[in-house]
Amino acid sequence: MTSAEAVEYLATEKPATAERRGPVSRNRRGRFSGPLATMFVLAVAIFWTIPTFGLLITSIRPQGDVANTGWWTFFEHPSFTLSNYNTVLFVSGFGAEGGLMPYVVNSLVICIPATIFPLVIASMAAYCLSWVRFRGSDTIFFIVFALQVVPIQMALVPLLKIFTSIPGAGGTYVPVWIAHTIFALPLATFLLHNFINQLPGEVMEAALVDGATHFRIFRSIVLPLAAPALASFAIFQFLWVWNDLLVALTFTGGSDEVAPVTQRLAQLSGGFGSHWEVTTAGAFVSIVIPVVVFFSLQRYFVRGLLAGSVKG
Amino acid sequence: MTLASTLSDSVSKFGVMIAAVAIFLAVVLVIFFLASRASGRLSRWLAIVVFLGPAVAMLLIGLVYPAIRTLWYSFHGESGLNWLGLANYKWIFTTERIVHEVLFNTLLWILVAPTVVTVLGLSLALVVDRLRGEAVYKSLIFVPMAVSFVGASIIWKFIYQYRDRNEPQIGLLNQAALALGWHHPPNWLLSKPLNTFLLMVILVWVQTGFAMVVLSAAIKAIPTDIVEAAEVDGARGARLLFSVKIPLIRSTLIVVLTTVMITTLKIFDIVRTMTGGNFGTQVLANEMYSQSFEQYNTGRGSALAVILFLGVLPLVGYNIVQLRRERGNR
Repeated sequence: MTSAEAVEYLATEKPATAERRGPVSRNRRGRFSGPLATMFVLAVAIFWTIPTFGLLITSIRPQGDVANTGWWTFFEHPSFTLSNYNTVLFVSGFGAEGGLMPYVVNSLVICIPATIFPLVIASMAAYCLSWVRFRGSDTIFFIVFALQVVPIQMALVPLLKIFTSIPGAGGTYVPVWIAHTIFALPLATFLLHNFINQLPGEVMEAALVDGATHFRIFRSIVLPLAAPALASFAIFQFLWVWNDLLVALTFTGGSDEVAPVTQRLAQLSGGFGSHWEVTTAGAFVSIVIPVVVFFSLQRYFVRGLLAGSVKG
Repeated sequence: MTLASTLSDSVSKFGVMIAAVAIFLAVVLVIFFLASRASGRLSRWLAIVVFLGPAVAMLLIGLVYPAIRTLWYSFHGESGLNWLGLANYKWIFTTERIVHEVLFNTLLWILVAPTVVTVLGLSLALVVDRLRGEAVYKSLIFVPMAVSFVGASIIWKFIYQYRDRNEPQIGLLNQAALALGWHHPPNWLLSKPLNTFLLMVILVWVQTGFAMVVLSAAIKAIPTDIVEAAEVDGARGARLLFSVKIPLIRSTLIVVLTTVMITTLKIFDIVRTMTGGNFGTQVLANEMYSQSFEQYNTGRGSALAVILFLGVLPLVGYNIVQLRRERGNR
């Protein structure tokens, strides 16, 4: 519920940003920007960037250098290699066959259906609760929305028991897909409902009068019009699943066959006497995809993130 | 495994994925097609069942039933069969390690980390929009939000690497400590209670961007005339900030604080990746996981999950009440 309220609240605040850039605010900008403020923001920005920067530098240094010198000495004695990436992605070792590449593949194979399934199911439910009203539909909507307060931890053990009772489900992607889908539904239904509810009612009514079924209206009117909301939820859900560890650990049943990259990295980082040049390269690989998604789709992403940052 | 077999393995995995998505969409379309043939009153009810059925069924089976079942397990023993009454809860609140380490650390986390995130995010939000290059600064501080807690933990674990002062250093923190003249820095991640605070740094690193972006939007939404009127009345600097601006964004501040608190209360990935809950860093969510899936004590794990749920509940409740009140005032 928190997240839902927050999203709705925050969404209403957005437009003000652009409007206020009048001459007054420019004037204020000049008056207040002391050197202290600049230094503070600059210091935080640098402090926030150094960790990732150090990771990147370490991942491109030769093994011997990484083990014996700090990454900051790279600038005095630069030596550059891509072999860590080759090792971590493709070479067997560190208790895994075929390096990290199979796990990256697993992450993608988990993420894409775990984004599509809840998107379809939640948009159907959202349409029904907005436009095929019936007695009790408001109550159902409220319950779905209220289910956001249930932490994933409350559902893990019984849900896992359900999956293990189904023969053949263990060690496949199916439990992970379904678990992610279920955990996404309350937030997804709520967000999409908010959007779909706002669509112009005359269009739907006209279509109904013309004899279109709800299924036709959903496919040819609602889905195209709701595209922005669908996109922002899809991006958020993709990143959430990509970065998840808890659901993966629980529902892959410890099987390396289907484990995502986060699970493998958590394992790698647990080992003592770690090979930092390989671990850092691996971490960088896992970071690249979400960061690229973030930068290319920032507009939708920020909305989705505000919406779902309390999920889970 | 050779490159070729990795490749063929990947191809077959993607094949499974494409097949799963295709079957899913095909089933949905076939049901749509069949259901749309119905006519009259039946068609309306059929539409409701088809559209709403899957979501409701999945939530009932995957969330409502499991949550009730977890509550039920929390009153039972290891295998979840023998009735124990409140014994699991009694165990939680009387076991030295759980009370003094797990619960204490969790409390420490939710008191410290969200406060730091909110104060830092607010400070940044107040000054960042007056700087040239606002977007660049915001992006740099916001990027960690896209990084997983596992990725973030590896980044920081590397920074916290400890080596004896006579050896060449690879951890930035140890190097900095030595360079600043601290001759015998502690072994960072092994030193209690310092290590818990070092883990909190990771959460702060990830979440501050979120707080900054949200609060910055709220500050920009303050009507210019209110601030100007206050300035005409002589409000300046700290007075303007604490008597005018902060009260105006109070509800957003609460949303940010409680949101980060909820994330913090459920923190799992950081502790798991950094220390595995060892060296006195254990927290509630990770203890719940290890009781349930490593000790195979369903009863205790479930009782811990219920405690987690009860911890989240008042935060969510408070948030809703605040937002409702705020909206009512407008």
